[in-house]
Amino acid sequence: MSEKKNETITTKIWRETPEDDNPFAASACYCAGYDVYGDLLGKISLVEYLWLLFKLEPPTKTETLLLEGLAVALANPGPRDHSVHAAMSAGVGGSTRASALMAAIAVGAGSLGGGREIYTTIQYWQQCGTDIDAWRAMLQNPPREERADVWPDMEHSPGFDPNGASCPTPVKQVLAYLASTSTGDVLPWLQDNRQALEILADSPLAMSGVAAATLHELKFSPEQAEILFIMLRLPGAAVHALEQEKIGWNRFPFFSDGLTLTNDPGPVNRKESN
Amino acid sequence: MKGPELLKHYEDNWVTDMGAWFPGERVVLRGKDVFTELNNHTWMEYLVYAVTGRESPKIARLMEALWSITTSYPDPRLWNNRIAALAGTARSTGVLAIAAATSVSEAQIYGLKPIKGATDLLYRMYAKKSAGHSIDRLIQEELKQYRSVYGYGRPIIKADERVEPLMQFARSIDAADGRYITLAFEIEDYLKNSRLKYQINIAAVAGGLVADQGLTANEFYHLATLCFSAGMFPCYLDAKESEGCFFPLRTERINYIGSNSINKWGGNNGDL
Repeated sequence: MSEKKNETITTKIWRETPEDDNPFAASACYCAGYDVYGDLLGKISLVEYLWLLFKLEPPTKTETLLLEGLAVALANPGPRDHSVHAAMSAGVGGSTRASALMAAIAVGAGSLGGGREIYTTIQYWQQCGTDIDAWRAMLQNPPREERADVWPDMEHSPGFDPNGASCPTPVKQVLAYLASTSTGDVLPWLQDNRQALEILADSPLAMSGVAAATLHELKFSPEQAEILFIMLRLPGAAVHALEQEKIGWNRFPFFSDGLTLTNDPGPVNRKESN
Repeated sequence: MKGPELLKHYEDNWVTDMGAWFPGERVVLRGKDVFTELNNHTWMEYLVYAVTGRESPKIARLMEALWSITTSYPDPRLWNNRIAALAGTARSTGVLAIAAATSVSEAQIYGLKPIKGATDLLYRMYAKKSAGHSIDRLIQEELKQYRSVYGYGRPIIKADERVEPLMQFARSIDAADGRYITLAFEIEDYLKNSRLKYQINIAAVAGGLVADQGLTANEFYHLATLCFSAGMFPCYLDAKESEGCFFPLRTERINYIGSNSINKWGGNNGDL
């Protein structure tokens, strides 16, 4: 009988050694060469570990501060945010807690304030850098693909709020803090050029725009940044879902009088059929 | 209207012709009373009406055949089905299993992206071919721009065993010889004989058949969203019976290709 070689999971991230009595259990796990349970535990912060997982090398102090600051800024978008609203909608109906997070992930993945917006905005950063003329050209003639995609078309300048008035205070506060912490050139440039960009985009900078700039400055790829952004916004979705689960559906908006049906056949049909 | 003014306009104000529930009384979908006007529709006819606004038993029948013949494979090795099986063996719920597996079905190399992409391709190619362009040139341009052609070629195996059974069904309902399905096979003729040796896969066949029924790429995408689900349930049910036993992996099945150094956090790095 010929021996067939086992298929394997190939990874640069993770290595394990087996327990002596069980090949299906690890005795040690190494992330990028660091012993996770034998060394990192107790020494590394969650944000540093996140960095290590994505980058496979430790962050500098500034990188840690920037990612930490962004993580705090994003952790709870608040109960009016679409993704948190989705999670609470799971909570009020007594849905599974996992479904609350799945709902927040699905809704928070989109092109308006979600993960897809981060992906697209970082592509813009990659092409435009800190050249205001390049941004002008890009925002005035955004790239469009001829081929259909599963993602709905981007309908606004990514990183900006199409429904905004002026740049909200929290967005300015986060940008100011991150720009002052930065040792790179992206965030300070955004801080200096925010208003010029807002005129070009005809809308104010959004939190997603600050997040994209930060993750670009930290050299996360668009793909990494998209998924990390979605992850970082989940804590708020989780706690608001749990809270609404306790409070219940009857103290949560149903928008009872908020819907108008324009082509209602009315109850007449029913009577006719009786 | 834009900005806060636009949002104020929509505050507690959703105006729609899609549908609504009148609590304790009735339900309306796209202007029809569900209890009296849509009550004899099959579920698939109801779905077709919900997505397209069209009442078409023929499209519903075609869609049902697409779902059952071509997309409901009960094999837990397939990546989307594997999510359902993993949820089963990890003792998660059935709904979480199917919801997660369904979301994974929106994949690049199989599933919803090729389904939508192939239908879109046929519409674009047909318009350009009608304007006088050759298939040769159109496909070359597509390959140059996107490096792939949705609906042609397949991971794991070249030939697609689903093509003939689906075409057989399409012939049985007189839906097999429209202009888009004809174009789909013309493109295959070209690609099969090119250096790529791509054969048609089910996405292009399905795309051609539904385009011939007048469905847009977007409509087909929505109608196909749940098309893999019937294959997922058996995978979940099966794996749920054996807690933790679905394709277990021993530590040596991790093929680590990273740096072999052993590092100390905050200290000097050493060698393995």
